[in-house]
Amino acid sequence: MELNTVWFILVAFLFTGFFFLEGFDFGVGMLLPFLGKNDLERRLIINSIGPVWDGNEVWMITAGAAMFASFPDVYATLFSGFYVALVIMVLALIFRGVAFEFREKRESRKWRTGWDWAIFTGSLIPAFLWGVVVANLMRGFAIQPDMNYYGGLLPLLNTYALLGGLVFVSLFIMHGANFLTRKVQGEVKERAKKAAFSTWIAATILIVLFLVWSYFVTDILTKPEINGLIPAILAAVSLLVTGWLIRSGRSGWAFITGSLTVVFATIMVFAGLYPRILISSLDPAWSLTIVNAASSPYTLQVMTIVAAIFLPVVLIYQGWSYWVFRKRVDAKPENLTY
Amino acid sequence: MTIVDLSRIQFAVTTIIHFFFVPLTLGLSILIAMFETKYVTSGNETYKRMAKFWGKVFLISFAAGVVTGIIQEFHFGMNWSEYSRFMGDIFGAPLALDALLGFYLESVFIGLWVFGWERLPKKIHLAAAWLVAIGSMISALWILTANSFMQNPVGYAIVNGRAVMTSFYDLITNPNLPYQFLHVLSAGITTAGFIVLGFSALHLLRGKGDVDFFQKAFRWAAIYALIGSLAVIIVGDAHGKFLEQIQPMKISATEAVWESEPEAADLILFAGIDEKNGENSFELAIPKALSFMLYNRFSGGVLGLNELQEQAAAQYGPGKYIPPVAITFWSFRIMVGAGFLMLLLAFLALVRPRVKFLQKSSPFLKILLPAMALPYIACTSGWMLTESARQPWIVYGLQLVREAVSPNVTAGTVLFSLVLFTVVLVALTWVTGWLMFQSGIAEPKPEQSVG
Repeated sequence: MELNTVWFILVAFLFTGFFFLEGFDFGVGMLLPFLGKNDLERRLIINSIGPVWDGNEVWMITAGAAMFASFPDVYATLFSGFYVALVIMVLALIFRGVAFEFREKRESRKWRTGWDWAIFTGSLIPAFLWGVVVANLMRGFAIQPDMNYYGGLLPLLNTYALLGGLVFVSLFIMHGANFLTRKVQGEVKERAKKAAFSTWIAATILIVLFLVWSYFVTDILTKPEINGLIPAILAAVSLLVTGWLIRSGRSGWAFITGSLTVVFATIMVFAGLYPRILISSLDPAWSLTIVNAASSPYTLQVMTIVAAIFLPVVLIYQGWSYWVFRKRVDAKPENLTY
Repeated sequence: MTIVDLSRIQFAVTTIIHFFFVPLTLGLSILIAMFETKYVTSGNETYKRMAKFWGKVFLISFAAGVVTGIIQEFHFGMNWSEYSRFMGDIFGAPLALDALLGFYLESVFIGLWVFGWERLPKKIHLAAAWLVAIGSMISALWILTANSFMQNPVGYAIVNGRAVMTSFYDLITNPNLPYQFLHVLSAGITTAGFIVLGFSALHLLRGKGDVDFFQKAFRWAAIYALIGSLAVIIVGDAHGKFLEQIQPMKISATEAVWESEPEAADLILFAGIDEKNGENSFELAIPKALSFMLYNRFSGGVLGLNELQEQAAAQYGPGKYIPPVAITFWSFRIMVGAGFLMLLLAFLALVRPRVKFLQKSSPFLKILLPAMALPYIACTSGWMLTESARQPWIVYGLQLVREAVSPNVTAGTVLFSLVLFTVVLVALTWVTGWLMFQSGIAEPKPEQSVG
């Protein structure tokens, strides 16, 4: 396989990892103010993702950096094109990131509630905006022949893209609720279970709408040769199974099939895009592809060797860290602060 | 203001604020790992408490460093898309390696370190502490690999108007890199040393509570700060000598040498810098001392800015190639002044147990409180120096800053983000500093209740 395709797959893999992992900690963050009725419960919820969220966020950083290294023009077009959206996303991630650390530093209720809402908003906005970004990638946006997008923020906030944002938000909340059900005990667990089912209903409706709409306005599901149809079907099936598993109380399995939904949905997007990465809605010839946007063969070679050695190492130690924290979070108050 | 000015200011503001937090992460992670090593090898619980106590100060700064770092990664594509297109083939690789080899290590093992005290065997937990420190060193190494290329391009070719990597080996063995990395690492060590010294001094001044705890920390930090400040000066001096060979413009701007000195150059201590007319309105100088600094002898010429400008114009075409002299000149003097002051203070802190005057004198301990600002002043002016003295280039000799900005982002948009980022980051810095201060002045918890 030529290296341009290898790197397309690697970038797709990193985004898949990001949506799968940070997806549930975004979800837990969005559920925090609603499922935690008092400080102890909120602490419990935060501790369920406390040791792992930072490692999850690195997937986003690595996906972006890998894109920079392998397809610099994609990185340049995407990040300058979505400028305002990314400013808002970064600010949200800043508030969220420090909130986990700062929240504990003072006893004041106002202080803690404030940071809880920072975690909520800081999880909601990036989840929503990534959905908007992905929907725009699927449909294409007005990329000019010089590879730049000059349209600003508003055209990117079209109804289709906003629906994409809602899909991400609902899917991640469900994903987070499933995770939480596995990680905590007592009342919070019961509430998480209920939340998982109600967001499952919302996510299912939104996803069906989004897929139907995508069928008509994009070629992601229909383009000849490689397209996103089969992964889309797999994502839909695993989503349906997830609903049934949540209903029958098998939360561990529900988390796994919910994760598969996220994974297959991401694969659907990238399979539907290939070999394009950024579709120009003005003229297919102006799209950025794995060929015209790529780094030199030499750089791709070097990066392939490095990634082949170190990516497995990362997967092993990050997997191990999940193994260390596999047990449910201890709900005893004296064990909840650090 | 133009889009270029606004983008530059935004990059400067966000980088400077990011770099408030990075040196402490670098330096303090190592010191904490050393405390924990002492705990594991000696079994002395005090060192475990020390690791935890300074760990709290560390984590606050670390969190702020992580989140401000996200902006840095997004910035290149957002504001400098032409740079990203021109340089992506070379610059993207170290950035990706930074994330893959450094960020993952830091962030996974910081989670294990914080939440793993009860869950992990002692030695594994200790390994996590060291892996956090190693992770932050690795990420410093890769980001400086990228920066070193911008200062001193190596291992590249220009193909179809783009810089293309021709040798990864050359990229990572850039002769500029060891200087930059060791300078930043020792600056981090110095920063951590002075933060621990400052807070320990405060507790010793109070004189109640666990005095022994802070005397130990004080002694460790004094040695640490002394090693750091000595190394930062030695490496910095060697770096200056090296830069005279590869970036003479940078040295001449730093020293405000306008006219070439063919025989021997004086070291200007203070000067009134007149950038318009290309001269100094007054100077206070030590004869031939600049030659000594650069060549270790009292002779040896230095090219002046005016002559270097003519050379650059002949080589690259008409334009102004002299960096902002006043900024580089003064930021260098502030950095060096702060550096030597820290060396002196660290030395006094180290000999304090043997010198009666210092033991009794609370003024010395009181000086160490405001001295916590010194490493931050030095680090900030150091970056101001190295980045402004590269102007007008974004990649030295290859691409100008004004050619590098995103053509599709308007000045109004950048102004909007600049205001937002500045407000949020200044507030963040304030809250972070305040929380670090609260953690630093708190009494350490006795062992039983350390949770």
